[in-house]
Amino acid sequence: MKALLILAVIAALACLAGLALGAVPLSPKAVLTALLSPDAPSAAIIRELRAPRVALAFVVGGSLGVSGAALQALVRNPLADPYLLGISGGAGVGAVVAIALGLGSAWGVPAAAFAGGLCAIALVYRLSAVAGRRLDPHILILAGVVVSAFTGAAITAVLTLSPAEQLRNAFLWLLGGFSAASWRTVLVFAAYAFVPLLLLLASARALDLLSLGEEPAQSLGLDAPKARRIVYLSTSLLTAASVAVCGVVGFVGLVAPHALRGVLGPLHRRLLPAVFLASGAFLVLADAAARTAARPIELPVGVVTALVGVPLFAVLLRRTLR
Amino acid sequence: MILQANGVTVRYPAATVNALSEAEFSIGAGELVAVVGPNGGGKTTLVRALLGLAPLAHGTVTLDGKPIQAWRRGELARIVALVPQLEDTPFSWRVGEIVGFGRYARRGPLEAMGADDIAAVNRALERCDVGSLRSRRIETLSGGEWQRVRIARALAQEPQLLVLDEPTASLDLGHEMALFELVSGLVGGGLAALVVTHDLNLASRYAARILLLDGGRVVAAGTPGEVLRAELLSRVFRWPVAVRPLEDGAPQVLALRPGPEQSHYS
Repeated sequence: MKALLILAVIAALACLAGLALGAVPLSPKAVLTALLSPDAPSAAIIRELRAPRVALAFVVGGSLGVSGAALQALVRNPLADPYLLGISGGAGVGAVVAIALGLGSAWGVPAAAFAGGLCAIALVYRLSAVAGRRLDPHILILAGVVVSAFTGAAITAVLTLSPAEQLRNAFLWLLGGFSAASWRTVLVFAAYAFVPLLLLLASARALDLLSLGEEPAQSLGLDAPKARRIVYLSTSLLTAASVAVCGVVGFVGLVAPHALRGVLGPLHRRLLPAVFLASGAFLVLADAAARTAARPIELPVGVVTALVGVPLFAVLLRRTLR
Repeated sequence: MILQANGVTVRYPAATVNALSEAEFSIGAGELVAVVGPNGGGKTTLVRALLGLAPLAHGTVTLDGKPIQAWRRGELARIVALVPQLEDTPFSWRVGEIVGFGRYARRGPLEAMGADDIAAVNRALERCDVGSLRSRRIETLSGGEWQRVRIARALAQEPQLLVLDEPTASLDLGHEMALFELVSGLVGGGLAALVVTHDLNLASRYAARILLLDGGRVVAAGTPGEVLRAELLSRVFRWPVAVRPLEDGAPQVLALRPGPEQSHYS
């Protein structure tokens, strides 16, 4: 509980920073005034531009973090992440195809992305099963890399073949980031993410057992195939919703679960809510950095998360190989 | 509690031969049954089949008269506990958490541990002599400690049947004996125990019945005296052995070196 309170405070501070930073930097006091009274001088910037952006970054970050933590237990590998396992790439293909076909409505893109994400994780699974030792951590990551390369190629192919007006939309979406965030995107995302998030939180104890392996989990009383299906579908849906609203952003699922497991221990009942808060804060700050680091140019937020995520990945890889 | 297997045949997908053929087996309360045999003989497959973890090509496995596949995992885990042969986890669990997982099937998905859960965990920790390790992280344990922690987790399930797949593989002589004494004490209290082991001599001294598997078939089943016969074991293990009784009558198996030893013992 204490850890959750501390993380909630950190998350609130991160959101405040996210609201204050930008093309026009504002003081925390100005931010709070704008939030409280609609007539304040910077109310429009805060309420219509920055608040939805921060809210979206926060819930997307939290969802990707929880997905990462759940996938790590599922595939029994601390290196797992929706991006590294190729789910994000698959979701990307689904989204681009939907946009290219002119079906790119706010609600349709996440559904297409979900279909693509599910195909990608099924493919990753098949590839690692071909290699024999099922779910060998390193083979699984390798399969994820291969599938990501393939989805990259598929996205390029779809873009090359799309008509000019859809191409522009697809490119804008591909760049990713939260610059197009509105209260409507927050609503769409929340609608898609609410149920899978609840399912994953309710699966906390199942995730504990899944991390022990198939046989121990089953003999301890878990219906492992069912639990696994729930985790797959939920993480794919969360990833797809995230990719649909902000493009492919990698490594968010890696950073917070890793950092928090060291402090709180691996019990998912404690870990998942903490990961949601911390990952949300992480992506809000990453977005703030993306907006301000090279002002007036805005960097894609995925660049910032990769700059943090890749070194961490290297450390983790070294540790699991030991 | 009675677990029964009739004509059980298991063939894994893409395999050309059966991992287990026409196996007959039964175990009831207060019995310690050992399963022995050469590597690849089908021991672990039998365990998996008995727990409903392997697909049956033919035959039936029933627990208290009900087919094993018809049991829900959660119900089964309150009656049968398994200590698998190999197990690893990527996370740094504490011993208390691992043993606490033994209570999974007794709690609702969001329910916290109750007083009886905590009592069962404490009892299991004490019985396996790992109470002092409770807050240790599992990667700091020795092989023997980790093994005893896993057995404690199985005991926390408060099962009627305990299945141990090669439980003494990583244990030294003292811990090996302590484990068999522990299991045999629990069996004295009414628990049924199925122990897969490579140690024929401990099987002989502790088990009421022994099942000898080779090539996926049950080649002998019965009391230690009936199963542990020199010519049978020499054939099954493809190595000459001699069998001599201990003072209490339990047959003991000695693998022979080629040459003078063989003529001396045979």
